[in-house]
Amino acid sequence: MPLIRTLQHPWQPQGTVYGTLLNFQREWDLWAPRMHDDPHKAPPQQPVLYVKSANTFNAAGHDLVLLDGVTEVDVGASLGLVMGDDGQAQAGALLLDWSVPHASYFRPPIKFRCRDGYLGLSQVLTPFQAAWDRLEIEVLLNGAVVQRVALSTLKRSIPQLLSDVSDFMTLQAGDVLMVGTDCLETGLRPRARAGDTVEIRAAGLASVVQKVTTGSPA
Amino acid sequence: MKHARIAWSGAVQQAVEFDGQLRITQGPHKGHLVSWDDVVWLPPLPPVPQARTVIALGLNYADHAKELEFKAPQEPLAFMKGEAAFIGHKALTKRPADVKYMHYECELAVVMGRTARHVQKADAYDYVGGYTVANDYAIRDYLENWYRPNLRVKNRDTCTPIGPWLVDAADVPHPMALKLQTTVNGKVTQSGSTADMIFDVPTLIEYFSSFMTLQPGDVILTGTPDGIVDCQPGDVIVTEIEGIGALTNTIVKAHP
Repeated sequence: MPLIRTLQHPWQPQGTVYGTLLNFQREWDLWAPRMHDDPHKAPPQQPVLYVKSANTFNAAGHDLVLLDGVTEVDVGASLGLVMGDDGQAQAGALLLDWSVPHASYFRPPIKFRCRDGYLGLSQVLTPFQAAWDRLEIEVLLNGAVVQRVALSTLKRSIPQLLSDVSDFMTLQAGDVLMVGTDCLETGLRPRARAGDTVEIRAAGLASVVQKVTTGSPA
Repeated sequence: MKHARIAWSGAVQQAVEFDGQLRITQGPHKGHLVSWDDVVWLPPLPPVPQARTVIALGLNYADHAKELEFKAPQEPLAFMKGEAAFIGHKALTKRPADVKYMHYECELAVVMGRTARHVQKADAYDYVGGYTVANDYAIRDYLENWYRPNLRVKNRDTCTPIGPWLVDAADVPHPMALKLQTTVNGKVTQSGSTADMIFDVPTLIEYFSSFMTLQPGDVILTGTPDGIVDCQPGDVIVTEIEGIGALTNTIVKAHP
């Protein structure tokens, strides 16, 4: 089934969007000494996933509006894999996976990750390429490169992640699986505030540019 | 009115409960009566234009929190799942061969009827479209303390039966005083009341809508009370909520 038939129109996910936590070696290594501590007690054995609900979908060209007391957000630059109906990734897109900074990974992150507009979408999809395992994504804050994300440093490569996830849930045609977001050497992610413009770009994929603004108080 | 979505005569049909049967309400078979046993029951949820948001509560009954050795939470402990985890009434749920503890969770499911953002508790019921029953199975062997409960425990294929009916909110005058009960092979193993929720339905709608928009058709699974037991292949599990419905599910062995 040709899911990329929407090429003429701004893309919107047709299915459920999943994100992956702790899938870059750098962040894993920074966490590793604490993974056996309470409340975690052990390193995760299986992919740690979260859902980006439909209210987060933010079409290309629209601002990220900070509301309800949020003053800064973490920038998560990711590659989203768009699934075909055969369990294989059929296409992909860069996605801006925004979150409210949160230090604890113990409890599910709905109020940090599922706020309105917290998933900046690419305008178009690109047919899947096996070479994405070596993709580099650049993150620009107000025009300056602040992070380079190398998918060659994924803890679970794209094929491995797809295999491990499909072991317990079938990704449906149109579902999107994001491969993860990396942190900086400090363990933090690039952070944006109202007035900032963030761009993520990578060779062969459509860039995503979003301005961060502040809404009128509710 | 009690609404169902069924597969019958080669297509998906909308139907309502009528005199112990199903009456089809749309399309070429409109008005036709069919027996409950002659249809395939699908999740009783209206189609939605984008991914359905499905929120589920952990530890929302004080006795269940105690059973799992947790203190009652200060704010709702919620996670999300994908719609693909849902299956209908009288369906089969797979139990992996290598697990020791897989349990049901009988839950009141709230289906939103209107777009909700910044809703006050006092107005929250105006935003509810209806209610149904969910059985939010968990496999405790797979729990990991990262974004817990993790999706491998809570978003498994076949592990969220829901239905049989979507009951209009207008027909449920006291949603916070409904008896819940689960039977395993006919024996009562779980009983409780929605009156014992830590965060009741209006509080949950106020909480979630304080930071996110809920759309019509979105679902909140409101947690389960005390009384969970392991379920084995062949077990027939009926999760029932007074006035909403009795949801039947059968556990089968998953083949590796």
